[in-house]
Amino acid sequence: MTQHAIEVRDVTKRFRLHKERHKSIKERLLHPRSGAYTDVTALHEVAFTVEPGQTVGIIGHNGSGKSTLLKTICGVLQPTTGEVLVRGKLAGLLELGAGFEPELSGRDNIYLNGSMLGIPKVELDRVFDDIVAFSELGAFIDHQVKFYSSGMYVRLGFAVAVNVDPDVLVVDEVLAVGDERFQRKCLDRIGQFQDEGRTILFVSQAAEQVRAVCDRVLVLHHGELVFDGEPGAGIRLFRERLNEVDAAVGAVVESSELTSPDPSAPAVVEAAPATRAAGARSITIDQVTWACPGVVGAVPTGGEVHVCIDLTTSHAIDDVVVTLELLQRGGGEVMVRTDTDVLGISVDLVEGPQRFTFYLESLPFLDGDYPVNVGVQSRHGREDAFAWAEEATTIQVTYAGRGRGMVELAMRADLDVSGAR
Amino acid sequence: MTVRVVSAEVRLGARLRELARSRELLANLVRTEIKVKYKNSALGIAWTMVAPAITLAIYYFVFGVLLKAGVPDYVIYLASGLLVWNFFAASVLTGTGVIVGRAGIVKKVAFPREILSIATVGSQAVYVALQWIVLAALMVVFHHAPDWGALPLLVLAAAVATVFAAALAILLSAVNVYLRDTQHLIEVLIMAWFWATPVVYSYWNQLYLNLARSYPGWLWLRYLYLANPMTAVVLSFQRVLYAKTTVVSTTTAYRPGTGAPYHPILQQLPPWPISTYYALLAVMLIACGALLLGAIKIFGRLEGNFAEEL
Repeated sequence: MTQHAIEVRDVTKRFRLHKERHKSIKERLLHPRSGAYTDVTALHEVAFTVEPGQTVGIIGHNGSGKSTLLKTICGVLQPTTGEVLVRGKLAGLLELGAGFEPELSGRDNIYLNGSMLGIPKVELDRVFDDIVAFSELGAFIDHQVKFYSSGMYVRLGFAVAVNVDPDVLVVDEVLAVGDERFQRKCLDRIGQFQDEGRTILFVSQAAEQVRAVCDRVLVLHHGELVFDGEPGAGIRLFRERLNEVDAAVGAVVESSELTSPDPSAPAVVEAAPATRAAGARSITIDQVTWACPGVVGAVPTGGEVHVCIDLTTSHAIDDVVVTLELLQRGGGEVMVRTDTDVLGISVDLVEGPQRFTFYLESLPFLDGDYPVNVGVQSRHGREDAFAWAEEATTIQVTYAGRGRGMVELAMRADLDVSGAR
Repeated sequence: MTVRVVSAEVRLGARLRELARSRELLANLVRTEIKVKYKNSALGIAWTMVAPAITLAIYYFVFGVLLKAGVPDYVIYLASGLLVWNFFAASVLTGTGVIVGRAGIVKKVAFPREILSIATVGSQAVYVALQWIVLAALMVVFHHAPDWGALPLLVLAAAVATVFAAALAILLSAVNVYLRDTQHLIEVLIMAWFWATPVVYSYWNQLYLNLARSYPGWLWLRYLYLANPMTAVVLSFQRVLYAKTTVVSTTTAYRPGTGAPYHPILQQLPPWPISTYYALLAVMLIACGALLLGAIKIFGRLEGNFAEEL
């Protein structure tokens, strides 16, 4: 029997939001019944398990319960009902520099932070140099933490968390801070953890990071787990929901109007291209196709590609933005992202079916399958129409040349022997 | 491989095990607190001597000089009770506010949070240990010998004070999250409590004998007085360090009738055998230990909503 690394068993967390909190006895006596409050269910019977070695991304809009779930797993919050089981040592990065004592030096904080994670001092002595090296703080390690920049904070926090040999690493959006090079370094270290078979929970608003790092994605929506499965589909669902939230902004989170996830069907939304009904106006992406004029089958590198988006709209919609994303081979990070704004084209959709085409004059990619995301969105108002199709089609490219890498560049080379430099 | 369970249920055994595992964190927090407190001060930790020295001087002046208590080596008598009382009072006072005060950590990092309350008691214990060293020096200067044979009593009394202070600090720090009045209420209560503990005056001489003489019907009140664990602690400290149960007053009295001057004999400490002190402290240790377990249990129950209440 396999032992799950994390078991989340029907966790429900309710918060009581008081209109005005009366914390003093006098106020409580004066306003015995004034405790007007709304119960907010931040998590509703969330249940899942994570196997050792999995890297699970948790995505959801703001207020979807991501952070509450993560805090519950870390043990910062206790669930109202249900329980969480974590096997092995857990290191969490819930917020940059959480648990740092500003008056102390970085050195002292490493020991303080480490002991909060339950690491014995001898162990910290052993990894101390690694932590300092990873954090790149150098001589600043003996400076008071209150003088650190936010980048230094997060570097030190991350350095401690990844160097204390955790079985489970929980990372909550902290990678948004820090320069790109350090982010890269952190992602590399996360990759190394994956190779070592450690379990990672990763929360990020950056769908691209999630796509690049995770092999499984959980989508939370209004405190419910609405998706559990493969990243591409999860991110697609997330983007749709994100837009729904835009439409419903300001509404108090009561119970979800969504269908609850059916445990027998792990991938809840494997539906056809994404559509969304927004009041009267709607855009539907019926089909996304691509073609290379004069060529049947895969496009040769450098060939021309047309990406055609067949749309149906309920009304004429003026001023929409159409977005095109080309992903890495087999999915993953976005290599090209452009939209009609960038291209300086204004698009007014008419009512009914129509076709929008991106003309890519020369595709420099070397051979492989390149997934395509497309989106259509009205620029006006949040209640407006939106459609997003994640990995709607895949462009197949063949490369006849002998170069290697990702793209082909037109180039030439020669040797000059005249002595001139 | 350790399995950690996060749930609303509080299992006392699991909590105690977790606390026992967090010894290093406790040591680190105590060190941090002391370091941070005196970080940028020139005198540093020497400041911990200043407050009790001033208090001692004031009480000595008011009660010893102005009101002529007539107790020989009154400073030693005062100090033996005052230092341990200060330890208790400061532990409870700072402990009460610690969860609210360190909301940043409590909301973001998972660890047994009662460690924070215990750490305040720990740092106060460090301060009082330093103050006791000064008291020892003071006793050498005054040629005032303690009761060497009763020395183990000090250990027991210090244990009672520590357990009691920790229990209250844990309990009140959690309650203070929900009822912020607790902090202010405790400040007042501690002051009243100080005068309900025989630090400045003598339990036997001023309280018991007066009660027996003037209101013998109310003599049962002394049991209420002795139910205060800090009374047992302070009396024990005085018994060991001040050591003299009966003293000859330094003030002169005049016999009624003849008017002949004399120095009255004062029963400064209760005329109990040492075994009575041991028994009293043992009872208090058990009671405070039970209180501590209850406090940890209640803390665990209240802890669930800390992150949202802070």
